[in-house]
Amino acid sequence: MTARKLLRAGFGHNWTMLNVSGLACSRGERRLFTDVGFSLDPGEWLHVQGENGAGKTSLMRLLVGLSPADAGEIRWRNEPTPSAEFRRDLIYLGHHAAVKEDLTPLENLLLAAALDGVGLDETKALAALVRLGLRGREDLPVRVLSAGQKRRVLLARLLTRPAVIWVLDEAFNALDVAAVRLLGDLIAEHLATGGMAVLTSHQPLPVPGGKALVL
Amino acid sequence: MNAFLATVRRDLLLALRRKSEVLTAVFFFVIVTSLFPLGIGPEPVLLKKIAPGILWVAALLATLLGLPRLFSADHVDGTLEQMALSPSPLGLLVAGKILAHWLLCGLPLVLLAPILGLQFDLDASTLGILTLALLLGTPLLSLIGAIGAALTLGVRGGGVLLALLVLPLYIPALIFGAGAVEAHSAGLGAGGHLSLLAAMLALAGFFAPWATTAALRIALE
Amino acid sequence: MRQSIIQWFRFASPQSFYPLAGRMIPWFWAAAIIFGIGGLWISFFVAPTDAQQGEGYRIIFVHVPASWMSMFIYLVMAFWAGLGLVLNTRVSGMMAQALAPTGALMAALSLWTGALWGKPMWGAWWVWDARLTSELILFFLYLGFMALQAAIDDPRRADKAGAILALVGVVNIPIIYFSVKWWNTLHQGSTINLNKAPSMAQTMLWGMLLMALSFWMYSIAVALMRVRAIILERERHTEWVKHAVE
Repeated sequence: MTARKLLRAGFGHNWTMLNVSGLACSRGERRLFTDVGFSLDPGEWLHVQGENGAGKTSLMRLLVGLSPADAGEIRWRNEPTPSAEFRRDLIYLGHHAAVKEDLTPLENLLLAAALDGVGLDETKALAALVRLGLRGREDLPVRVLSAGQKRRVLLARLLTRPAVIWVLDEAFNALDVAAVRLLGDLIAEHLATGGMAVLTSHQPLPVPGGKALVL
Repeated sequence: MNAFLATVRRDLLLALRRKSEVLTAVFFFVIVTSLFPLGIGPEPVLLKKIAPGILWVAALLATLLGLPRLFSADHVDGTLEQMALSPSPLGLLVAGKILAHWLLCGLPLVLLAPILGLQFDLDASTLGILTLALLLGTPLLSLIGAIGAALTLGVRGGGVLLALLVLPLYIPALIFGAGAVEAHSAGLGAGGHLSLLAAMLALAGFFAPWATTAALRIALE
Repeated sequence: MRQSIIQWFRFASPQSFYPLAGRMIPWFWAAAIIFGIGGLWISFFVAPTDAQQGEGYRIIFVHVPASWMSMFIYLVMAFWAGLGLVLNTRVSGMMAQALAPTGALMAALSLWTGALWGKPMWGAWWVWDARLTSELILFFLYLGFMALQAAIDDPRRADKAGAILALVGVVNIPIIYFSVKWWNTLHQGSTINLNKAPSMAQTMLWGMLLMALSFWMYSIAVALMRVRAIILERERHTEWVKHAVE
């Protein structure tokens, strides 16, 4: 569950784990940003800030490799992305709920893990759901849950899927105060074990430290 | 390989929770084949002659009915995005989805065809060839259709466009599938037709998931 | 500085291709007209009246080149599309998009003239001949390509999606053609075989070749004109287009 085991391969080198340089992106006719660059090492996190429409989500999608950049380079473990290694090390949670409404939270977690080829037993999955405050909800179809609870089902993947870098796009939206604090704790724990995170938000985040990038 | 089977299991489980969507395609198949005698007239000789063609065209259209849903539900709720970023190769997951589509939309048609063939007074050996041809042909329809479904994902008027893209590509399957039954009825033997169907299935099984994956990545950009 | 390099790289090809295409267009038009006049003169005045088919056969001087072009343009279109997909060059996708309507026009012309020929020859507007049927399917493939491109708003996505469809089509065209041919031989009887065309006289061959060349030149000229229009439309927000239009 910790990032440490996955990280071991990366130690003893002088390159940074994640290195982004000269990134440019346009949507249709509009140029969103040019020459965006940053780097992250284990234990660091990046706060991407900007107004609505500044291109935060676009940057996240470029970063994880869903859309191609107009220019620039993203290197993970000194290899250009998207690589199989990068996808193994990455969790990306976007605006979408990314859970199946007709399945229960438990089924969602187990099937997502199976699709990713990651071993996950039921006890572990249940423990993750309990930590996210979904005790007693694990066998209800997601359809009947509230928006915030659906979000929590998605966030449970952070606990069930080992990864080094978390890319979370507006992950704090639709969460109540307790859940915001919980997610902040999860991110802090992840960073403490040598993980990395890239977060977008236009509000201050309940995570200490962090680099900032303003679009 | 586990991820492939997990995708199949997942899509079957989802279909089980929404039975009506699968059943619609099956009922459509039954109704369309039953409409032809009403339109043409109950002459047994004529109906027997055109039965393979009718069953094949109906199977073509019934498969088409389920195609727009193949990726759109996963696209809308964001799970397709997660699949594209999964450590498992997307091609493998896509292949799993196509197999699940065939099990849900193709296999029921294969199993129903002999029963519907009885309506057209086909004899046992002809029914056997028809079933065999559909068994080889319907996976081909699912594979080719998946490319069209991926290309029209999230596009305006996707459903109608999908039919326009996919139906011309279905023609060889239709010709050899219905041709196998006709050749058998004419005493020529269906072996050639069936081997060609199998060859096309092998070709599509290799290339279609690949093309579908490429189209999906474009749709997600 | 960096931004200007990016700009230059992004827009280099359309920007340099636009004036180049503009210079080439008149030459292709001129060639199309010259070959066309020559071809029509041979086909109407030089080629002898056919003993079996009378004057009506002269429509093949349009029909055959149109059929050739419809098939060839699909290959060229798929080639450009594939090139665009592999090399990610922007003009390639535009070329594919520009060729599709001309290809569809040629397929439609071939079907139409085929029907006009068929009526006096066989007494039917349409027969389910293998070639006619394949041509019809080719026409559908063109329509599908154009419809898919028109339905996608983002031109970059439209190019890529169209490219995949064109390549899938290219793989399928031989399969479709042979399956239709086999289907046709299996159902032989009431249909007429177009393969038994009367042996061609030398002059007829010349006429047909000139017409084919004319169609070639016309297709290139029209495709280039269309590509220029597409470039202007897609690049309308850039500086050089604003200059070019002024």
